[in-house]
Amino acid sequence: MAIFRCETTNRNKQLADKAFGHTTAGLFGYTHLTGGYPGGQAEYLRVPFADATHIKVPDGIPDEKLLFLSDIFPTGWQAAVQCDIQPTDTVAIWGCGPVGQMTIRSAVLLGAKQVIAIDRLPERLSMAKAGGAITINFEDESVVERLNELTGGKGPEKCIDAVGLEAHSTGSIDSMYDRAKQAMMLETDRPHVLREMMYVCRPAGILSIPGVYGGLLDKLPLGAVMNKGLTIRTGQTHVNRWTDDLLNRVLENQIDPSFVITHTEPLERGPEMYKTFRDKQDGCIKVVLKPGANGAAHA
Amino acid sequence: MHSAVSKTALRGQSRSGHDQLARNLGYFSIALGVAELLAPRALCNAIGLKGLESVVRAYGAREVATGVAILASHDPAPWIWARVAGDMADIATVAIGTQQHNSKRENATLALAAVAAVTVVDVICAGGLSAEKGDRKTAIADYRDRSGFPQGVSAAKGAARDFRVPDDMRVPELLRADRFERRQGKAGSHS
Repeated sequence: MAIFRCETTNRNKQLADKAFGHTTAGLFGYTHLTGGYPGGQAEYLRVPFADATHIKVPDGIPDEKLLFLSDIFPTGWQAAVQCDIQPTDTVAIWGCGPVGQMTIRSAVLLGAKQVIAIDRLPERLSMAKAGGAITINFEDESVVERLNELTGGKGPEKCIDAVGLEAHSTGSIDSMYDRAKQAMMLETDRPHVLREMMYVCRPAGILSIPGVYGGLLDKLPLGAVMNKGLTIRTGQTHVNRWTDDLLNRVLENQIDPSFVITHTEPLERGPEMYKTFRDKQDGCIKVVLKPGANGAAHA
Repeated sequence: MHSAVSKTALRGQSRSGHDQLARNLGYFSIALGVAELLAPRALCNAIGLKGLESVVRAYGAREVATGVAILASHDPAPWIWARVAGDMADIATVAIGTQQHNSKRENATLALAAVAAVTVVDVICAGGLSAEKGDRKTAIADYRDRSGFPQGVSAAKGAARDFRVPDDMRVPELLRADRFERRQGKAGSHS
């Protein structure tokens, strides 16, 4: 969709103009800055511009294999694609949530020499390892030291932030600083991951940021970015740009995105499952809500 | 859903009782600290500890710092343990006021009981947080069989190398990290 069309889809354009300088497109189920359109977790939906937003899929494929073509799979894919991964590249990925998991698989498929995944939750790290990643638990070891060790002291060529504005890091001075500033409403986001990526990335490397940021943040080592000549690529996911290719890869059995589903629940349990996901309870990584379903199961 | 655990102990994430208690202790710490900083003389007079105003003021600074750290920290457990250590100092100081010659001995005894009670709450909170944190080192669920690659990880490596990265996302030739290696390889093949 052309950019001028995007500008007309945000019904809260004035709000976005104030916050971002210029408005972005309207998005379903996101924020009031992107139009405040409700999300799609319901039994029936009315979808405007359906000819442009739907993905046509073949019959006979389980919904679970295709479901994530609508969001997290293209998000992880774009995060890896915009790194332009070379066969000699080490790709370090911060965050092993659903997007992080898709990013790990994408980086493996795109042929990275080694993929390194960083998180603190054992169940997420076990899933990352299953996908071919070397894992770092940042509560047990220094991320910077371990990344340097794995790259011969040079740092990863490509760094991907699949965490975003609510980074949880332990015991570091900068995370304490962020929390104190947030408590005083002097900072909106906690950019610990960004700082770490900027610092550890190899000169001429790429920082890919699928993680969501919302507003103002500080103490970013931009000197490292400038002097090392790092490239930053970020933005909302161009879902439609990737879905045809990714659908083919699913049909060719290169990947089955349903691996990430840990909980399948009826729609009625949605509010409860949001809490389960938020609090990382019960080994939850990804929930699928099924309208009309009676039972519930761990996938 | 058959829940494996009802509550997690994720630092700053969990809504367990101990996390809530830690937050409340953080606010309490700040409130007490501010009182000790602003009115050390009144506090000392109340429990018969005249001459210890500067000590009480220092304790106030400690309480405020600990309270802020508890509320700001992703992992409040060490800060709650710091409160326990502070409680010991408080008990030792207030105990001075329970001596026979102190005319405010009753007040000092009440204060001592209050500090002891808060100490018990601190220990319960710190112990609970530490135990939950320890439990969380073990995976709630093990997903080591979830590669997501139906043909295995080895087959998946580089399976999408056929994908052409769009021009707007390609690294300029001069900035490619493998350029030096490729040039070296080419030079090697010429020799």
